[in-house]
Amino acid sequence: MTLMLLLWITLLAAVALAFIGDWKYAPEVNIASSGLTFVASLSLALQVYRTGAFLAGGNFFFVDPFNVYLVVLTTFVSMTTAIFSRRYMRVERSHGRVGPIRMRFYHAMFQLFIFAMLMALLTNNLGVLWISMELATLATVLLVSLYRTPTAIEAAWKYFILCGVGIAQALFGTVLLYFAAERVIGEGGNALLWTNLSQVSSQLEPTVLRLAFVFLMVGYGTKVGLVPVHNWLPDAHSEGPTPISAVLSGLLLNVALYALVRCKSLVDGSTGTHLAGNMMICFGLLSLLVASFSLLRQKDIKRLFAYSSIEHMGIATFAFGLGGPIAAFGGMLHMLVHSLTKSAVFYSVGHASQMHGTQEMSKIRGLIRGNPPVGWGLLLGVMALAGMPPFGLFASEFLILTATIKQMPLLTPLLLIGLAVAFAGLFRRVQPMVAGMVPPWQKPIKAANIPVTLHMALVLLLGIYLPGFLSNWFQLAVGLLK
Amino acid sequence: MSHALVVQLNLLLAALILLTSFALLVQRRMFAILHIFAWQGFFLGVSTAIIGFATGVHHLYLSSLLTLVMKVILLPYILYKLILKLKIHREIESMMNVPTTMMIGIALVIFSYHLTEPIRQLSALMTRTTLAVALATVMLGLLMMVTRRHAVSQIIGFLAMENGLFFAATSATYGMPMVVELGVALDLLIAAFIFGIFFFHINTTFDSLDVDQMAKLKETD
Repeated sequence: MTLMLLLWITLLAAVALAFIGDWKYAPEVNIASSGLTFVASLSLALQVYRTGAFLAGGNFFFVDPFNVYLVVLTTFVSMTTAIFSRRYMRVERSHGRVGPIRMRFYHAMFQLFIFAMLMALLTNNLGVLWISMELATLATVLLVSLYRTPTAIEAAWKYFILCGVGIAQALFGTVLLYFAAERVIGEGGNALLWTNLSQVSSQLEPTVLRLAFVFLMVGYGTKVGLVPVHNWLPDAHSEGPTPISAVLSGLLLNVALYALVRCKSLVDGSTGTHLAGNMMICFGLLSLLVASFSLLRQKDIKRLFAYSSIEHMGIATFAFGLGGPIAAFGGMLHMLVHSLTKSAVFYSVGHASQMHGTQEMSKIRGLIRGNPPVGWGLLLGVMALAGMPPFGLFASEFLILTATIKQMPLLTPLLLIGLAVAFAGLFRRVQPMVAGMVPPWQKPIKAANIPVTLHMALVLLLGIYLPGFLSNWFQLAVGLLK
Repeated sequence: MSHALVVQLNLLLAALILLTSFALLVQRRMFAILHIFAWQGFFLGVSTAIIGFATGVHHLYLSSLLTLVMKVILLPYILYKLILKLKIHREIESMMNVPTTMMIGIALVIFSYHLTEPIRQLSALMTRTTLAVALATVMLGLLMMVTRRHAVSQIIGFLAMENGLFFAATSATYGMPMVVELGVALDLLIAAFIFGIFFFHINTTFDSLDVDQMAKLKETD
C-alpha cells in the first residue's frame, strides 16, 4: 500500500509539474512531493523493520532490508536536492541560462527520474529492473543538455549513446538469465522474479550464468561508471545542472550498483565459484586507481568530483566483489555515506560556481570568507570524501580495508595507493579554493544551506555512531546476498 | 508446417537479418539506411510470427505485431520525417575503411558463434541455432555505432542492436515475459522522442549532424 503510494506520488508529481509548468510555486510543489515520498519511504522502512522482507502487488514488488535502505536514501536525497534546486535554479534563471519551458521540463523530468529509480529498487522482476534503469537514463539525458551549450549537447549525446550501448549489453545478460531460469522454473513471467531466482540459484546452469554475468557486468557497470566504460560520467556531471549532478552521483550510480549486486548473488549461487566477485574486484580496483590519478589533472570543479564518484563507486564495487560479511557491510555503508556526502559536496560546488560564474577551479577562491556556509560545506565534504575521521566514509573505508587485509592481503597496497592519491588530489585543489582572500569577481548569492547541513550532520553521525537498526539491516542484507 | 520447414525458414530469415546488418554497416545514403533498417524489422517480425505459429506460444504474435508496427512503420517513419525536415536526405556520409569494417564484422560473427556455443548445446528449442546470429546482430549494431560519424547512422546502429536483442530473446526463450517486452517497447519510444529532439539540437548548435564536431570535452588540456 505505502509502496504504491510512493510510486504514484512521484509519477503524479511528474505529470502535475509538466502541467503547471512555470507556475511561481512549481519548485515548492517539487519539494512537497519529494517530501511526501520521503515520508512514505520512512513508513515503508518501518514496515520492513517490524515484519521483515515482504512481497507486494502480487509478486511484482519485493522489499527487503537491502533495497529499503536505498529507497529511503533515494527519497531523502531527492528531497534535499529539490530544496537545493529551488534556490539554485532561481539564480540560474536570473542569469538567463534556462527559460520557462525548460524549467517545466526540468521539474517534470526530475520527478520521473526519481520514479524510475524507485521502480528499479522496488521491483521483483529483473526485466522491469532493466526497463527502469533505461527509463532513468532517458529521463536524465535531456536534463544534462538543459543549458543547450555545445558542450552540454555533446555530453548528453555521449551519455545517451554510451549508456544505451551499455544497457543493451545488460539486456542481453538478462535474456541469458531468463534462458537459464526458464529451464528450472518454467515458462512465463515468474522466471524473472528475483525471489524465485534466488531460491533456485544453485540449480541454474553455471555456464550460462557465467556468460550472462559478463554482459550484466559490462552493462550495469557502464551505469555505475566503472573504468573502462566510464567516459560518459565526467562529461554528464560537469555539463548538466548541478542538482542533476548531485542526483546522478548520489543516486543513479547506487541503483546501478544495486542491480549488479543482485545479479552477482544469483551468479554466485549458481557457479559456486568466486568468478563474479573477482570480476567486480578487478573493475572496482581499476576504477579506483584510474579515477584517483585522473583527479590530479582536473581543472573543472564538477569534473573533479565526478572522478571522485568513479573512485568511490570503484571502492564499493570492490567491496561487494570481495564478499564476506565485513566487506559487504562496508560496501553498503559506503554506498550510503558516499551518496550523502557527494550530493552535499555538489550542493556547495553548485553555489561556489554560481558565485564565481565559472566552474574553473583556478578562478574559485576565498570561499570561506566569501560565504562561510558554502566554504565550510565544501571543505568538510571534501574531508569526508577523502576518508578522514570522524566522518562516515572513514568507517566504511576502514571496514573495507580490514576485510581486504584479511581476505586478499596482496591487494591492500593497491587499495591504499588509490585512497592516498585521491586524498592528495582532492586537497591539492580544494584547499586554495576555500582559503584565502575573496577575489573581486566573486558575487554574493543566496545559498541553500539546509541540505548541506543536514547531509553533513548525518554523515558525521554515521561516522560516530551507527544506529542499531541500520547495522541490523545491513547484516540481514549481507545474509541475503550470500 | 512441419518442424524441419520451420527451422529452415527461421534460418533463412536469420540469414537475411544478418545480411541486413552487414548492409547497414556500409551503407552511406540516409534513405537507403532507413530502408534496410525497415527490412530488418520486417524479417524479425515475420520470424517471430513463424516461431509463434510453430510452437503455439501465442504471445509471440503480439510481439511480432509490436515489432512490425514499431520497427517497420513507426520508427522508420519518424526518422524519415526527421531526415526530410533536417534536409539531410542528400547527405552521403564520408566513410571509414569499408573492407576493414567488413573484416571486423565477420570476426564478430565468428566470435558470436563461439560465445553462444555452450548455450546452443544446452537448449532444446528449435530456434537455438539463431542465437548466434542474434548476438552477431547486437555486435554489428555496436560496431556501426562506433564506426559511424553521423548522428542518424549512430541511432540506426542503436536500433539495430535493439533488434538483435529482441531476436536473442525469441531465439533463446521464445520471447521475454510480456510485461518486459512492453516495457522495452515503451523505452524505445521514449528514446525515439529523445533522439528526435537531439537531432535538432545538434543540427542547430553544430550546423551539421556529424558528431566528429563534438570534441570539446576531452581530458587533454
